[in-house]
Amino acid sequence: MAIVTTSKKFCSVNPLKMSQPIGGALAFLGIANCMPVLHGSQGCTAFGLVLFVRHFREAIPLQTTAMNEVTTIMGGRDNIEQALLNIYKRAKPEIVGLCTTGLTETKGEDIHGDLKLIRERNPELAELPIVFVDTPDFKDAFQDGWAKAVTRIVEELVEKTEETIPGQVNLLPGSHLTSADLEEIVETIEAFGLTPIVLPDLSGSLDGHIPEQFSPTTIGGTTVEQIHSMGGSLATIAVGQQMESAALELEMRTGVPYTLFDRLTGLDANDRFLMFLSGLSGKPVPLKYRRQRSQLADAMLDAHFYTGGKKIAIGAEPDLMWSVGTLLADMGCEITAAITTTHSPQLEKMPCEEVVIGDLEDLEMRAKGCDLLLTHAHGRQASERLGIPLLRIGIPCFDRLGAAHKLTVGYRGTRDFIFEVANLFLEHTHEGTPDSWPLPEKYDDPVTQTTAA
Amino acid sequence: MAGVNTKVQEVFNEPGCDKNQAKGAKERKKGCTKQLTPGAAAGGCAFDGAKIALQPITDVAHIVHGPIACEGNSWDNRGAKSSGSMLYRTGFTTDINETDVVYGGEKRLYKAIREVIEKYDPPAVFVYQTCVTGLIGDEIEAVCKAAKEKFGKPIIPVNAPGFVGSKNLGNKLAGEALLDYVIGTEEPETTTPCDINIIGEYNLAGEMWQIKPLLDHLGIRVLACISGDARYHEVASSHRARAAMMVCSKAMINVTRKMEERYGIPFFEGSFYGISDTSDALRQIARLLVQRGAPEDLLSRTEILIHREETRAWERLSKYRKRLAGKRVLLITGGVKSWSVVSALQEVGIEIVGTSIKKSTAEDKQRVKELMGEEAHMFEDLAPREMYKMLKESQADIMLSGGRSQFVALKAKMPWLDINQERHHAYAGYEGMVTLVEEIDKALYNPIWKQVRKTAPWESEAHPLSLEAMRTGRE
Repeated sequence: MAIVTTSKKFCSVNPLKMSQPIGGALAFLGIANCMPVLHGSQGCTAFGLVLFVRHFREAIPLQTTAMNEVTTIMGGRDNIEQALLNIYKRAKPEIVGLCTTGLTETKGEDIHGDLKLIRERNPELAELPIVFVDTPDFKDAFQDGWAKAVTRIVEELVEKTEETIPGQVNLLPGSHLTSADLEEIVETIEAFGLTPIVLPDLSGSLDGHIPEQFSPTTIGGTTVEQIHSMGGSLATIAVGQQMESAALELEMRTGVPYTLFDRLTGLDANDRFLMFLSGLSGKPVPLKYRRQRSQLADAMLDAHFYTGGKKIAIGAEPDLMWSVGTLLADMGCEITAAITTTHSPQLEKMPCEEVVIGDLEDLEMRAKGCDLLLTHAHGRQASERLGIPLLRIGIPCFDRLGAAHKLTVGYRGTRDFIFEVANLFLEHTHEGTPDSWPLPEKYDDPVTQTTAA
Repeated sequence: MAGVNTKVQEVFNEPGCDKNQAKGAKERKKGCTKQLTPGAAAGGCAFDGAKIALQPITDVAHIVHGPIACEGNSWDNRGAKSSGSMLYRTGFTTDINETDVVYGGEKRLYKAIREVIEKYDPPAVFVYQTCVTGLIGDEIEAVCKAAKEKFGKPIIPVNAPGFVGSKNLGNKLAGEALLDYVIGTEEPETTTPCDINIIGEYNLAGEMWQIKPLLDHLGIRVLACISGDARYHEVASSHRARAAMMVCSKAMINVTRKMEERYGIPFFEGSFYGISDTSDALRQIARLLVQRGAPEDLLSRTEILIHREETRAWERLSKYRKRLAGKRVLLITGGVKSWSVVSALQEVGIEIVGTSIKKSTAEDKQRVKELMGEEAHMFEDLAPREMYKMLKESQADIMLSGGRSQFVALKAKMPWLDINQERHHAYAGYEGMVTLVEEIDKALYNPIWKQVRKTAPWESEAHPLSLEAMRTGRE
């Protein structure tokens, strides 16, 4: 159990946090043939775009309403209208995701009303699904933007149906899961004869594949049609606390019951997940998972020599911190510093004394003497200064390849992640030297003194 | 906000910009940036431009006053290198919250400045205005003034909120901040008759260090580079230079011209991209310095160095000539880089099949025409779809561009080279040209292209695989 505190500083130094609108935009990047748009100045989009391009090493469709000082004060309806018309004409998306920014939220706009009017004025836009999300930069963080966008997609696009589609389940993954994680979860669900609809599905769009043709919109992901049909699923699986609101919204609208998995990293978490799937499908757990579970247990045995008692400092968004942090605590590590970006019910449950909503300076200050830093690529400067190895987790990871293919869920993902961490400890083992174990300079014990004399 | 608008108009009126002077009064007021099209815009904002221009000053703290997006999404993402302090790579932001938006963020900013000074003790602090804090009326100039008086250090307001315009405008507004608050406020320890300023060079990937040895060899001292690998003191005392070179075309013309006006520092516009351009730049520097009283022999020593370095570069390049002759390059980049890189690539026999001129001036365009001939493809705005088509249809062998269009080329399975600000290789001077050509050669001749372009064997009907052939190794 942890005490949650918020950094009292006036100046955030070396931010850990990224803004809400780009979290929302990333959710839209997991929808097929989608064009996400940030309603703000063009810089808001440019920064998000560069960040994602460097992380995913993929083309990122992301547009802007290109607000300026005058349009901000006068109201952005015309800019939204022009943006939608231009996007419709040039990119022909099947869906547009519109995230507000700090700029437009400061002014305060009635986007709902504006969109209604824009649709009336432009019949070509009447049928185009446009999902807008309120995501001011000056509130909350990246994972909140993602969660809000998914909730809004559910509100706007999921339809209530009477018929249940046999074997169909909904999967609502948090923003902390990678393409590889999604593929692993999907494969597991399919192994029970179930068919998942993943919302949003970054493993379809940002998994680093080469499309046959050029596309100005997303090159894969959940289709609008699939989203429409989610009301007919047997069940909803939400992964990560952040997804509970979207799962709840889905249940309230359609009656599809949800089950929340706070994490899918670690032995217990996956046991629970497989038992759930087995119960849902009425099928036994396939043999291959028995084997994988055994491999994970063996990995834990092999690794615990190196992980036990190690001090780690972790800086990540709540759900990522929860999955990675609790796993390492399960492996005997001691979490000496836990820094996160935003509130979440998981924070108080963290197996450490304190969780700070803060920045990488807070992490660096608390990480002295630790054995491992776990945070995004911006932790590289702190790692260098402290001389502590850095394991890159989360977004952005701009100085290593393969961020989308990093697997930390399932028995296999947990196994490999444990190996990765243990190998870092192995690599940085402090070996003894002749001077490592000196006797005390002076014994103050009189008995010993007499004996010596 | 009145302050910013006045500055913006002043910058738009830049008499040093011939393109601007050719316009009528009304058109000029609209500014030098094209109106952005909602839903079809690309590129950074004015704040981004200001940060690009000033962040290379390495020993100061750069505080971004605004919500988390402006700094949190973008910090430490640029390639300007430092030979000393690393403070410029630390991300500082007031990360304002809802309460600040309602009650104003000035107090938070003031306290943030105090915190940074107490913790990091930089020689100066730069404070960047952003859209939200601009909109709620935070007066960063007033806060900086109060903080300067209280803490006894230069606190520089950089008033270039994103929504006033493009990156280029931000560069210029950053220059205005230097002119108003920094340049001329300190004195250099010593001066020499061979002191120069290099303006508009950001030391990306360490490019300044490809030039500095040349200048060192000639006994020319860079009093201040604005702003690559610069220390605050160097910029503050840069008004004592004898001559200046303006590097990045029009991005910092206001700084260069006003320094001529205020301090009598003559300048020329040059480039360190390409062999002949580098030689020209060195000649011009020597010429201006001699005009200002440097020893005459600087001219002949410069010619000797140019001769030696050109010969050395050509020797190193000669082995690539055969491999690269006739290779076709699609060059997508902004402004000045176009024509200077064009001439450089042509020097090794590479053919330029097209170039973008989106950010180029009329003069730049004329130069491209002279270099590439009348039939040259000059694209005002090449849509990614068109780029992809050109590459897919093999109208070019390689694309040189910024990171943004990288994947247009790679997804078309065509070689690509980064020549923008995030690039990892330095391409300046004689050394840089050799590196650029080496990199093009490496990209073109990498063995992956043959492999990745092959369709999966099960998709090709032409040569059905026979198991027998596979067994015997005679596929």
